[in-house]
Amino acid sequence: MLSVVMSNNNASNNLITAKRAVNQLRLEASIRRIKVSQAAAELRNFCLQNASKDPLLVGVPSSDNPFRPPKSCSLF
Amino acid sequence: MACQGLQGGETVASLKRESESLRKKLEEERKKLSDIELNQVAEKIEVLGPLSIKTRRVLKGHGNKVLCMDWCKDKRRLVSSSQDGKVIVWDAFTLNKEHGVALPCTWVMACAYAPSGCAVACGGLDNKCSVFPLSLDKNENLSAKKKSVAMHTNYVSGCTFTSSDMQILTSSGDGTCALWDVESGQLLQSFHGHTADVLSLDLAPSETGNTFVSGGCDKKANIWDMRSGQNIQSFESHESDINCVKYYPSGDAFASASDDATCRFYDLRADREVAVYQKDSVIFGASTVDFSLSGRLLFAGYNDYTINVWDVLKGTRASILFGHENRVSRVRVSPDGTALCSASWDNTLRVSWAAYL
Repeated sequence: MLSVVMSNNNASNNLITAKRAVNQLRLEASIRRIKVSQAAAELRNFCLQNASKDPLLVGVPSSDNPFRPPKSCSLF
Repeated sequence: MACQGLQGGETVASLKRESESLRKKLEEERKKLSDIELNQVAEKIEVLGPLSIKTRRVLKGHGNKVLCMDWCKDKRRLVSSSQDGKVIVWDAFTLNKEHGVALPCTWVMACAYAPSGCAVACGGLDNKCSVFPLSLDKNENLSAKKKSVAMHTNYVSGCTFTSSDMQILTSSGDGTCALWDVESGQLLQSFHGHTADVLSLDLAPSETGNTFVSGGCDKKANIWDMRSGQNIQSFESHESDINCVKYYPSGDAFASASDDATCRFYDLRADREVAVYQKDSVIFGASTVDFSLSGRLLFAGYNDYTINVWDVLKGTRASILFGHENRVSRVRVSPDGTALCSASWDNTLRVSWAAYL
């Protein structure tokens, strides 16, 4: 694992760090983006499609709940 | 890491100017596509009814602050770790403590359950992440089988197994994240880019491929490619440390919790923040977040001892959960979405679920 040592006296290290920052920003600036309206619509649709299967959102019937208080055991 | 060739005549000053103009361009590009707010898209959706989520189990046994917890895939076991150096594996249904390990260090800040359910990983102030196979034999000394896997130069803040028991991903106070082979302890990939402590990481849901998100004290959340080590996207909108990051269940977005008392929601394909969850009355830092199964609810634990439940789409608060007597350090929804576990500095864990229909 390389660690870059930042030293005010080491001009070439500063140059390397600055160049890395520029390369990183070039990469980030170049990615393809979609409109927020499209992204938001897809997030909303995912929520709505899965809502009925979300136990913390809709609750579960008592018989299905694994954490329900244990019923007393009756022999007849 | 090879550095792309320096052009003749480039100086630190000229590169800094280029950095600035690239940053501005990035902002402009993101703004151009910001045609609507998420909550506007959610306007026509019905408002959530009152949520009744009740605490049904209180797990007592840790001698000090509980810092982290993780669910087992079997949806009933969980592992927790504490400031007192102890790691405990619990059966959340029966409250049985199935395994306990005492680490030689205090502040075990990270713990994770292996996908197989047969091992747990943990780490913290010892700067390491170790893996313990869980034995069926209760008398066996777990510490004897401890395998030291990760070695950082500062504390380990987060750890997770990847798709199998064979690899773990760690985040550290040394500013890096790293991917390790469990068997050999070999470093497979390291991730450099944060300029301060990394406090949290989360793996993308398996369908979305080999990426993960990290957040830290440099107020940045970064998305990484696990194979290349490359930082693919970066988000900087929080005003203070990011304590926790978590992917939205579809893998297309993630949420963050910060000391700036807000939680935020970022969409990866729009490449920007799309929601801020905040209230004037919420002034304490948020330390942890997790989504419900459908992604509609965001559970966030705060330093004021409460858990706020946010409506992810509408941006409003749906509910508050009380009960802990100190900071909430971690919240995690169980793998089948039925239950919420919260860990706290009050030395306990609480397991809650939605009241019966």
